[in-house]
Amino acid sequence: MDGVDLLIGTAVLALGTFAFRFAGPVLRSRVKLSPRAERLMALAAVVLLAALVAVSALTEGHGFAGFARPAGVLVAGVLAWRKAPFVLVVVAAAATAALLRLAGVP
Amino acid sequence: MRSIWRTLDRGVTRDIGLVCVADCLVGVSYGAIAVSSGFPLWLPMLMSLLVFAGASQFMFIGIVAAGGNPFAAVLAGLLANARHLPFGFAIGDVLGRRWAGRLVGSHLMIDESVAFALSQREAHQRRAAYWVCGIGLFACWNAGVVAGAFAGTAISDTDVFGLDAAFPAVLLALVLPALRDRAARLPVLAGVVVALAATPFLPAGLPVLLALAGVVVGVAAKEPELQEAR
Repeated sequence: MDGVDLLIGTAVLALGTFAFRFAGPVLRSRVKLSPRAERLMALAAVVLLAALVAVSALTEGHGFAGFARPAGVLVAGVLAWRKAPFVLVVVAAAATAALLRLAGVP
Repeated sequence: MRSIWRTLDRGVTRDIGLVCVADCLVGVSYGAIAVSSGFPLWLPMLMSLLVFAGASQFMFIGIVAAGGNPFAAVLAGLLANARHLPFGFAIGDVLGRRWAGRLVGSHLMIDESVAFALSQREAHQRRAAYWVCGIGLFACWNAGVVAGAFAGTAISDTDVFGLDAAFPAVLLALVLPALRDRAARLPVLAGVVVALAATPFLPAGLPVLLALAGVVVGVAAKEPELQEAR
């Protein structure tokens, strides 16, 4: 791939991504939303983020991500549920996955 | 700007700082991988400035480096980023009513800034969390990518540090409080099941979008209750 192709690819990806990001804030300001619609859209964001957590914790490409990463995220989930500080939650996730890999767990 | 800093709890600012450090390291690996895969120095930097969505950027260079079709690479990246559309509907009000704020704020919309905004109660705190996280991550991600592109393969495998587990952990910690609301549990569970079931078969990005079916399940489950109330 030459430089021009890369530049065009970058530009199209950037414009398309910006269009996705910009559409929501602009369209929702055009219409007056009912409190119920507002709640549903907030719920939609929570559902998307939770799905993103599950997919990025458990899978890599089309398959299973191995045990180290889900184990780290599981430790984080338990700590977060027990209301541990955010910093501890995130560091524990990374440390668990890193140590398991050091021990040879994929 | 100063009022934004005062609005945010110091703890929240520190949490955002931690996420910035983690994303900076992932940025270093992105820059390093892009350059060591044979891409020109400017590509990872320009892409990080203009696209600013890590997963789609990794996908793009991965597909092109493997000799894939550039159209396929762009399409895969766009598919991965399509979730920003529903994100924008959910948190669009934090960008305010001014066009400048909407233009700049839209570009700063990423998983983490959306999740930090949703984790705050009051409207002014949501705004502050969104902007501080968005600006902080934009600066750190791009600085990391520049460092990685020049420093080469110093950090190319962030899995060694478990950073691949840190990303879902960050989002999980921010989303969990919303799950204490019982009404959210069924839709979230349904969405997660749909996304995981679809992942082996569909291109990346689509399974997460399909999770929105969970919202429909939640509405359908709620309907009889509403009718009784009438």
